[in-house]
Amino acid sequence: MKGIPVIRANELTRKFGAFVAVDRISFEVHPGELFGFLGANGAGKTTAMRMLSGLIRPTSGTASVLGYDVYRQSEAIKRSIGYMSQRFSLYEDLTIMENIRFYGGIYGLDSRLLAHRADEMLRQLDLELQRDQLVRSLPTGWRQKLAFAVAILHRPRLVFLDEPTGGVDPIVRREFWEWILNYVALGNTVFATTHYMDEAEYCSRLSVMVDGRLAAIGSPSELRRQYGVHDMEELFLNLATSSFT
Amino acid sequence: MNLRIIQAMIRKEFAQFFRDPANIRMLIVMPVVQLLLLPLAADYEVKRVRVCIVDFDHSQLSHELTGKISANPHIHVGCTAQSFEQALQGMERDEIDIALLIPAHFERDLVMNQNPVLSASVHAVNGQRASVGSQYLMQILADFNRKIRMQWLQLPKFNPVPLVDISHTYLYNPRMDYPSYMVPGILVILLTMVGFSLASLNLVREKEIGTIEQINVSPVRKSEFILGKLIPFWILGLVVLTLGLLIASVFYGIYPRGSVGTIYAFASLYLLAILGLALLLSAFAQTQQQVMLVSYFVMLVFILLSGLYTSVESMPPWAQMTTHLNPVAHFIVVIRMVVLKGSSFRDILPHVGAMAAMAGILLPLAIRSYRKHF
Repeated sequence: MKGIPVIRANELTRKFGAFVAVDRISFEVHPGELFGFLGANGAGKTTAMRMLSGLIRPTSGTASVLGYDVYRQSEAIKRSIGYMSQRFSLYEDLTIMENIRFYGGIYGLDSRLLAHRADEMLRQLDLELQRDQLVRSLPTGWRQKLAFAVAILHRPRLVFLDEPTGGVDPIVRREFWEWILNYVALGNTVFATTHYMDEAEYCSRLSVMVDGRLAAIGSPSELRRQYGVHDMEELFLNLATSSFT
Repeated sequence: MNLRIIQAMIRKEFAQFFRDPANIRMLIVMPVVQLLLLPLAADYEVKRVRVCIVDFDHSQLSHELTGKISANPHIHVGCTAQSFEQALQGMERDEIDIALLIPAHFERDLVMNQNPVLSASVHAVNGQRASVGSQYLMQILADFNRKIRMQWLQLPKFNPVPLVDISHTYLYNPRMDYPSYMVPGILVILLTMVGFSLASLNLVREKEIGTIEQINVSPVRKSEFILGKLIPFWILGLVVLTLGLLIASVFYGIYPRGSVGTIYAFASLYLLAILGLALLLSAFAQTQQQVMLVSYFVMLVFILLSGLYTSVESMPPWAQMTTHLNPVAHFIVVIRMVVLKGSSFRDILPHVGAMAAMAGILLPLAIRSYRKHF
């Protein structure tokens, strides 16, 4: 039922000088999963994600993404994935349409397909009337939704989302996760980092990173049972504090 | 290379460029102001050399000499001092450039053929002014000498001094006017500064904002990225050139004697080299401040050693060697050749070769140095 893993990491490590940002992590992500990567700020989530998306090279260990090797085939990985970075990734001085045209263009979409997807997307986002407005003028929640929509414009089978809901109010956050679930329901895989523990419940499986290492991995119910906790908040606090002892 | 990707990048750059009115203002105001003001300021003609004559003779001849000096259009006799000290004080206060001392018994000595000595003290803080100013004075004195001989001395049967006179004809710039010389050069500087700073600031700004990461994680190739960043500024550079050539013709009446096509052809190549360098430097900079500082340094060296203000021939040999590697120097030579001399494309071929080599090295280097992963 699981099929070939979409992501397979083995002892993946990245050091910055003497600092070990990611310490020998091993895990697999399967097609159709919404895989959550939990951890405090600085736990190494973003570094791990950047290695998997081909933005930085691992120091050691191996990993493949969609069957491509992260060392040798990073450009092939980039062609097949979507990525939404932690920092706001749209151009604020461009309009919504100009952003869509730019990102569609650099993924090689032809103008007819692009126009079709843009219309569909703006309808879903309810931004049809604002298509010629500068992104700068949109509220944060809408911008994040737009950034996600742009990241899946080329319909990647695998999407990386780096703290997609940072600074977004709870209502928009819930909408946002429904969107992500919809995209997963189409058979795609989503890999998302977050430090909002309540969001972990949306994930089919998740892992908790503490100080560069993977402290726990499993589905939310498995983890609750295994660690005897009621929710992810409690799990996270247990794991994070135990690392100091 | 995917043309659709490059096209998407170019469209985006133009959309961003024209969104900001400050950019448009810069694109238009900078050429106009630079081309209208700088040639007027960068004028090396030494006009109004201020001379103070200290006349101890008060003879008819010394008055005649004073009159002759005052009559020269380049010289302004600002004062007639009573003592040499007084004249030197004027020089201290920067009021005069040359103090000319006419000794007592000047007329008598001259008539008695005893070779009187005039002494000129020159304010040499500004070397150019000092040397040109004293040359003017020498010419007047030589002329004065000759007339005196004719008037007062009996001419020998044959003239012992062979009278060979040099008459000058100024080719290519017959009226020796500075705008014709300076405007094309300043146009080159303008093109360089606009292209260089726009391109380098643009790339580094994307690093600062973080949008570059979104491009780095996309399938855009390094070559597509660099071309997508280069082509918009290449076009804007040619727009500035056009604007500059228009200003040169409307305000200064300077029409290139050679073909405008030759200028555009060379400028196109030149912009590839300059933008290649700008993008290469921005590959290593993390902030706009860094890239500004480095660009400022590079531009200053290029411009000072370009032959715009000082002629390359009068530089020391090592500095002359550097001009071969200086794209600005090549373009300044070329634009002066084409505008003033009417040189053809064939005449500038060596420079075309040098520029093609520079572009051929800098562009691939910029592409190589740009990093999509770390």
